[in-house]
Amino acid sequence: MDRIPILRMGEFLLVTIQVDMHDELAMRLQDDLTNAIQTKGAKGVLIDISAMEMVDSFIGRMIADISGMAQILDAKTVLVGMQPAVAITLVELGLTLPGVATALNVDRGMQLLRRSMDDGDDDASFQR
Amino acid sequence: MTAMTTLHSSGELPLKTERDIVLGRQTVRRLSQEQGFSLVDQTKIVTAASELARNALIYGGGGVLIWEVLLDGIKRGLRLTFKDEGPGIPNLELALTDGWTSGHGLGLGLSGARRLVNEFELDSAVGQGTRVTVTRWK
Repeated sequence: MDRIPILRMGEFLLVTIQVDMHDELAMRLQDDLTNAIQTKGAKGVLIDISAMEMVDSFIGRMIADISGMAQILDAKTVLVGMQPAVAITLVELGLTLPGVATALNVDRGMQLLRRSMDDGDDDASFQR
Repeated sequence: MTAMTTLHSSGELPLKTERDIVLGRQTVRRLSQEQGFSLVDQTKIVTAASELARNALIYGGGGVLIWEVLLDGIKRGLRLTFKDEGPGIPNLELALTDGWTSGHGLGLGLSGARRLVNEFELDSAVGQGTRVTVTRWK
């Protein structure tokens, strides 16, 4: 069974999507990730999509849902590495991912997560 | 389309499973690369194809993707037709509205795909199926 690996980095989880996901694989990632947040007590999730050449409304919704579910489980999600062509296409498609924090790359995403931890779980400073 | 437009090559792919959507995306990516589309244009037509292929599968109960490489003078284009024999769309105008959905999606498939291409044609009859044709020119 195909699975996207979820790596643990201290109190954060890192997911790097490197394959062209079919819909079921995307749904499985959503399940696996929310389970991992709970079992590992993760405070933050980084989703690296730098290898993704396309994000359609299905995958976009999956990402927004993960972010929402993680928030309810007291973890922050940062989406990192979106390619410019993907960003242009997403906005034209009509999907702007409101409420999903983004960063240019994994390093900056990590900084963003650390800062939000230092701020003492201040949601207001994290959420756009 | 003008009278000058000629067909360079064409092919057909089934849209019966979720993996066919992935295969469809990869085929459209390769074809748009072969036509020399810019990366942004490639991404747009691939994303539109993904939305429309999923529609044909989920709402149309499966169908086919027909691709055609077009030549019009020095212009090159890629035309994609998504055809299913599903329940059809009763209200085309409503179906093209952002946020409207008969299923559980975001309702961006049709309206969003239309914004990502140069030409868009939607043909549907209740009980007979739906055909969506999109073209992107280089």
